[in-house]
Amino acid sequence: MSGSYSSHQGEQFEEQLPEPGSRVVVAMSGGVDSSVVAALLHERGCEVIGITLSLWEDPDPCAPDGGCCTPEDILDARRVCADLGVRHFLLNYRAPFEEQVIKPFIEAYQSGQTPNPCVRCNNHLKFDMLVQRAREIEADWLATGHYARLMRDGTDRPRLFKGKDEKKDQSYFLAGTPPEALGMLSFPLGGLTKAEVRDCAERLQVRTSGKPDSQDVCFIPGGDTEAFLRRQGGDAPPGDIVDESGAVLGRHRGVHGYTIGQRRGIGVAAPEPLYVKRIDAANRRLVVATADRLYVSELHAADWNWLRRPAPEESVYARVRYRASASRVAKIHEGEALRLELSEAAHAVASGQAIALYGGEGATELLGGGRLVLPEG
Amino acid sequence: MKRIYVDHNATTPVDPRVLESMWPYYSEEWGNPSSVHWAGQGPKDAIEDAREIVAGMIGARPRDLFFTSGGTEADNTALLGVGFALKDRGRHIITSSVEHKAILDTASAMEDLHGFEVTLLPVDSLGRTNPEDVRAALRDDTVLVSIMLANNELGNINPVRAIADIAHEAGVVVHTDAVNALGKIPTNVVDLDVDLMSISAHKIYGPKGVGALYVKRKTPFEPLLRGGGQEKKRRCGTYNTAGIVGFGRAAALSDGSSSPEEVARVGALRDRMEARILQELDGVERNGDPEARLPNTTNLSFAAVDGEGLVLSLDLKGIALSTGSACTSGSLDPSHVLVALGKDPKWLDAALRISIGRTTTEADVDEVASILITEVKRLRAAVGGL
Repeated sequence: MSGSYSSHQGEQFEEQLPEPGSRVVVAMSGGVDSSVVAALLHERGCEVIGITLSLWEDPDPCAPDGGCCTPEDILDARRVCADLGVRHFLLNYRAPFEEQVIKPFIEAYQSGQTPNPCVRCNNHLKFDMLVQRAREIEADWLATGHYARLMRDGTDRPRLFKGKDEKKDQSYFLAGTPPEALGMLSFPLGGLTKAEVRDCAERLQVRTSGKPDSQDVCFIPGGDTEAFLRRQGGDAPPGDIVDESGAVLGRHRGVHGYTIGQRRGIGVAAPEPLYVKRIDAANRRLVVATADRLYVSELHAADWNWLRRPAPEESVYARVRYRASASRVAKIHEGEALRLELSEAAHAVASGQAIALYGGEGATELLGGGRLVLPEG
Repeated sequence: MKRIYVDHNATTPVDPRVLESMWPYYSEEWGNPSSVHWAGQGPKDAIEDAREIVAGMIGARPRDLFFTSGGTEADNTALLGVGFALKDRGRHIITSSVEHKAILDTASAMEDLHGFEVTLLPVDSLGRTNPEDVRAALRDDTVLVSIMLANNELGNINPVRAIADIAHEAGVVVHTDAVNALGKIPTNVVDLDVDLMSISAHKIYGPKGVGALYVKRKTPFEPLLRGGGQEKKRRCGTYNTAGIVGFGRAAALSDGSSSPEEVARVGALRDRMEARILQELDGVERNGDPEARLPNTTNLSFAAVDGEGLVLSLDLKGIALSTGSACTSGSLDPSHVLVALGKDPKWLDAALRISIGRTTTEADVDEVASILITEVKRLRAAVGGL
């Protein structure tokens, strides 16, 4: 479960788990990952306190079931804690979730952006409000089921690395973590693969061991974002689909239904496949182009958060989507918005998405991140 | 870690003598009280004995009281039962914004589903309902006034008799939710002159899952649960014999806890705890009516403290108390009662209800006060003080 790691400068880091006897708040969604965190730390002799956040209840009774944070998931978390014989609290964070996550999510889609709600939830709820709550109840640690590794070198400023399981790595979603929160965070699954976590769940007889992974945004079970936005009154009016010269090619259902790089749902017959290149919400226009026209060599990011500034000669890579491969960064210009010159162009960059910067050996260390924005003018 | 329970308005521990009285009705006396044969006889007699005792506790005739699955069912049945019976005469109901959710949500469903109109009376900054507001709200089509006798969160005791007099002048039926008043203050239906009263066993050291509704004779009433004809068709469904017997035993024992000596003892403990907290901490405000209130309840707001952090910290120190009403969802929600007082938001965030009872000792309240004072000071220091 633990491991050591050497940085590009040869520093030695240790992955450090909460020590036996320490009080650990475990953020529990009711899924298998956070259940295993609670079980592992309990087995280790920590004083585990499970906390589940009640974040969202779709006002539409016909909304599909599933996702996380449903009453069933909350009950699962509670029962996992009961099995372990540890305390569990349910905290109602629906109001801040609506304010900090749902509203910006809807507004972003209406203005032609592609928001990342998980990042906002991490930054504003889990690693802000919940960290504060954990401190208030004199917890030594706040542990979550994220697949990322926090490495410590003895200072109170740990470094954040990709999870061992490349396919499950969730470091991208952690790029906005307030650095001052890192000191009390623990990601006990970072050194494990998903298969190992499932084995742990079996071995520790965690009752959620057979639960399927959730792939969707927690408040949109089934993944139909457009239907969610319609239910929330967050749909944008229809408009024209145009090519880069401005020639009208067809009609779209509203810019909220599209994201940069999307091919499906354009409905325009063309010799070569067309992709959404730009979303012009002000003029209700969707600009489409062929795939080769979607590369950019410069990125702009707002709300920047540094976890560690890169060393002068360090190789730095930018990731603009959860599943995207990283692009090499040539130069970083710090200003009001961060500007990144890329030496390898990035494809289909959507404003509103999170950008994460990686460095260190094998580009496995998370250096920081922000929110992609369109360049001014 | 010592555990101290000071949340008696949420529920009370079952008195061992109550539990003892219930056992036979889970074992040898398992018959259906409605059966004509021998197996139903013992259970039937036990239910009627319990009915006499419970009815006696509220000064009612036994035949005017039927058993329910608890306070919530009694409240639902009262509103719907009178509302449906009188729906052709009028569909206006008067209640208040600080009632239990069992009243508020039922009233709101009657608006949404059955075409009723509900007037929610406001309360003043101390949570008090003014009887004159009831008079002003009465209309020609008003069929029911429902005002709780004692507020579960604040402990306020409402002027139910004065309200009943005003409503009756206009010929309007009066219901009171006395769930949190029972066993703590007088709840005599004749003195209060109410037509319906909801009560529950688990607030008086009885079992959960059993309550009762008093319906004065000749009160217009339509049953909610129909079926096998039990409770003279006013509440059908096989009897919860053991629960009802337990309710009866709890009611009999409750004479002790509502005796002047016990009321004085509990009141003195509550006052002692409250005085110490108010003396040793700045930035504390008492919520509710300082005069007319239950002897066992105090509701306090703490400035410059995060309420959630405070309740969690106290729980981890072994102290069970409540923010607002525990029935809401088991999670920490802002209390609709405190919101209705129109308080400054700074007093809403960290509000605690402490409610003591028969098992509470002087050592308990001293320990609660000490830990509460320590935790508030610690949490305030963490955010930079008051």
